[in-house]
Parts: sequence; structure tokens; C-alpha cells
Amino acid sequence: MSGYLRSVAAEFTKVTTTRVWWVIAIVLFGYVAVLAGGLSGLFGAVHSGAIGAGAAGGQAPPPAQLPGLIYSFASSVGYVFPVLLGALAVTGEFRHQTLTPTFLAVPRRGRVLVAKLVTLIAFGAVLGVVALIASMGIGAVVLGALGVDPLLGDSATWALAGRSVLAMALWAAVGVGLGVLVPNQVASIVIVLAFTQFIEPLLRLASTFTDATAGIGRYLPGAASDALVGASFFSIAAPGASILEWWQGGLVLLAYAAVLTVIGYVVTWRRDVT
Amino acid sequence: MPVGSVVEFANVTKRFGAVTAVDDLSFTVEPGRVTGFLGPNGAGKTTSLRILLGLVAATSGTATFGGVRYADLPHPLATVGSALEAASFHTGRTARNHLRVYAIGAGLPRDRADAVLHTVGLSDYADRRVGGYSLGMRQRLGLAFALLGDPGVLVLDEPINGLDPEGIKWIRGFLRELASEGRTVLVSSHLLSEVQQSVDDVVIIARGRLVHRGPLSSLETETAPQVVVDSPDRKALATALTDAGIRFTEGRTGLLAAEPDPGRVGHIAFVAGVELSVLHRQKSGLEDSFLALVGEGHAL
Repeated sequence: MSGYLRSVAAEFTKVTTTRVWWVIAIVLFGYVAVLAGGLSGLFGAVHSGAIGAGAAGGQAPPPAQLPGLIYSFASSVGYVFPVLLGALAVTGEFRHQTLTPTFLAVPRRGRVLVAKLVTLIAFGAVLGVVALIASMGIGAVVLGALGVDPLLGDSATWALAGRSVLAMALWAAVGVGLGVLVPNQVASIVIVLAFTQFIEPLLRLASTFTDATAGIGRYLPGAASDALVGASFFSIAAPGASILEWWQGGLVLLAYAAVLTVIGYVVTWRRDVT
Repeated sequence: MPVGSVVEFANVTKRFGAVTAVDDLSFTVEPGRVTGFLGPNGAGKTTSLRILLGLVAATSGTATFGGVRYADLPHPLATVGSALEAASFHTGRTARNHLRVYAIGAGLPRDRADAVLHTVGLSDYADRRVGGYSLGMRQRLGLAFALLGDPGVLVLDEPINGLDPEGIKWIRGFLRELASEGRTVLVSSHLLSEVQQSVDDVVIIARGRLVHRGPLSSLETETAPQVVVDSPDRKALATALTDAGIRFTEGRTGLLAAEPDPGRVGHIAFVAGVELSVLHRQKSGLEDSFLALVGEGHAL
């Protein structure tokens, strides 16, 4: 087996031999399931006339858009979880001082970081599948029960699912990049939560106020991710926002991961391990 | 049986800002022997070992195994095994999985993790998370990691710290065994007394500089050794020593004679017709010369 494959296998084993990844998977599943189930129930009830349009869903999305919106919760609300997993995978090495045995077993540091990136991209995709099982599984059942077509036979639905998995995989890579740039675990987690839950949503909203900033706002990582997936709650809540092509969104997200990782490699990964 | 290579430090210097942690350090460590790497805390032992293992970059100089830097070794864990002082484990991982991760990365056979856990006596705790391990168990697990690739060179930083008396006895014998198999064994310690029963050679550093190197016995000859002697009739013994021109002081266990040869002291007593109850060379000579070399104020 080549050195890179061995390193990827070692990094894979690192992830599967601690509890973090499935704790994150369970919380992700629950979070997405509750939101997807709740909102498909709410909007579905509006469409079926069970509750009046004026009560809550005056602006309920049209039935043709509703399934895509609900299914995309997998990445549009779930993306913070692969970022956390990626960041924890790197910062844990610093926190537990396991960089020492890691670099003793594989003294090629660049190879270790590439292997980590590849591994976490795979686990990000796994989290994407978990999140889609929650959003599509629960969402389709609830929508179907309320008489809204869940569009499970529609190829566009499955293309959206595929792009969601890709987005979640790329988000895990962004997490690796952040972790290697900010090796302090607590600081890294605070940055992930503050940026994804607070700073970026505000920036995206603010950027829609003028045309000039809107052009910049679509390059924010969350906006790029929504562009990649192709439907999101945010784009409906702020309809003025301009959006990239889906493949452009994917490339922007990939660029974030690459730039963070390369800077982190230079700034922290190559440093003395004491 | 893996054969050890020569470990060589060649003019290794490491500066952290204005502080020089390691200062032009040069020495070699030979296979088939246990070498004690000694010095007080803060002398630069751990930094030197981390440079040797490629974890810390030297400011200048090289540290190599048979002429090859650690980072250039084709099979690092199968060439050099190391256990460093700051035992590094993910506390949520079991001991077996901890070892498996690095065995996979280094391309070692699958069964090595279980084999080395057995060697260090941790087989019964292989599936327990390392977070629940005692300090002594973590030391053993660190040693298991060092043995993972069945390497010809072992680099162990303070391996005796935290071990219980039984563990200390075990590791002393184990180090001897590894060296007798032809491996190179380098063991650091800040206490000579901790390793003097198991080392053949000593390398002593203080404030980042080499202050002494040679066989353990070279420490004895560099001090003024003394002989401890006692008799049921201590007064007669004192008279005999005075008559023979040997100076002495009275110690707790007998008279401390300023004479390196126990045979001569015994002969003097025999000629004077004084019965002896104690006659041996003063044992603390090694520690004394160690402390003299490193500067007593720095020995902690």
C-alpha cells in the first residue's frame, strides 16, 4: 500500500475509534429531522388548508418548491456539523498532543494533512447522507401525509440530494482548514459557532442592501454553499440576494477549504512539536 | 533480530528566541549498550530528543540514525521506537486502537498492537479507554508504542517516571535485555540513581551543553572515592588508620576513609589485628560526581 493510502487509512481509524463522529451524526440527524418535520408540517398544513394562510404561512413557498426547500435543510442548517467534525479532528491532535506519535509514525507532515483532508471529506459526505435521511425521510412522509407531492420521483430532487452531500463534504474540509489555522480547540469551536450562526447570516443579510455588496455577499461561504445546493431557506427569506451558479458555489467553498488549509500548514502544522 | 544503528548528534544547536536550549551538542550512542542521557530538568534533554526524532527543527547541526535523519527514514517506526515524556494519547481511544492507528500509518502488521500490549503487560486493559489509565499504565503504553515496529533503536524519555517499584524493576531488566539483543538504547533521566543500575554509558548535559560522556565507571574514577569501614572496636580501627596515615571522618555506618582501595584498608586492619564488621567502597560516588558535573544548584 502506498504511503498516502496508509495515511488515509490511519486517519480513518482515528475518526472511527473515538465517539465524536457519531455523537455529531446523532445530533445532526435530530436537529435536521425536527426542523424538516416541523416546517413541512407547517407549510404542508397551509397548502392543505388545515390552517389558514393568514395564520402563519402567508408566504408559504409554492408546493413545487416546498420539497426542495425542506430537503435542503440537510446542508442549509446542518452544515455546521461537518465543520465542527473537521475542526475537532485537527484541534484534537494539538489538544491531546497526538501530533507527536502521528509525526513519529509518518514523518511527512504534508502527507498527514492531505490524508486528514481526504478522510474528513469522506466523513462530511457521510454526515450529508445522515442529514438527507433526516430531511428527506421525515420531510417526504410529512408532506405526503398532508397531500403535498414530495417529488421523490423527480430527478431534480435527487440531483439536489447529491449536491447536498457534496456541500457537506466540502464543509468538513473547511473545518479541517479552520482547525489547522486555529489549533486551539475552544477558540476554533467558538469561531465556527459565532461565524455560522451569527456573523455570516448578518453579513449576508446586510450585503443584500446594495448591489455592490450583494456581488460580494454571494462569495460568503454559506451563500456559496446554498448556491451549490440550489435551494435554501435563506434565499427565500432574503429574495434580493444574488446567487452563484451551483458549480461556482462548489468551487468557492473548495477554495475556502484550500486557502485555510494551506495557510494553516505554513503557520502551525510545520512548527516544532514540543 | 533487529540490529541497532549508531545514533549521532553532530553540533546540534537549538535556540528559542534569545534562549539557547541546546548548545553545539555532539555525541554518539552505540548499539548493544544502554546509554543514559542525563541532566537536570531544563538541561535540554527533551529538546535534544525531539530534534533527533524530527519533531523540533534544529537551528543548526544534525542528529541522525546511521547517518540518516528521522524524516528520511524509509520505515521510521521499524527503525526507531520512541516514548517521549509528555505521553500523548487521545483519552477517548482504547489502548489497542491507539496503537492500531499508528501501526496502520506506518504500514506495520495488524497483530503488532496486541503483541506489544502483551510485552508491556497491558493485554488485560487493551480495550479500556486511555482516559482511565494510571500514570504507570500510560508509561507502559508509551513503551508499547516505542516497541510497535520492533525497532533496532529505542529512544525513551524518562521512562521510569511514574512507575511503581515492580514496574521499575521490570523496565530495568527489559532495557538490559533490549541492549543484549544488539539494539541501541538511549534513556534519558534527571536522576542518575534511577538508571545507574541499567546503563553502560552515560551522556551528561547541563544548560544545553555536553559536560561528560563515557562508560558509567568513568564517573567513579573522576571523584575522590572513599571506603566505608567499621569494626566492633571502632577506637582501635581509628588508631590503626591514623597510624597508617589515612584520613577519615566518622559517619553513620562507620568510618569514611579517604582511600580508594578497600583492599588496602582491610590489610591495615588485618596487620593491626582489628576485627572488621563493614568494608566497602562508598556508593554515593557516582551521584556526587554527577552533581558536581551538572552543578549542584541545578540538580532538582
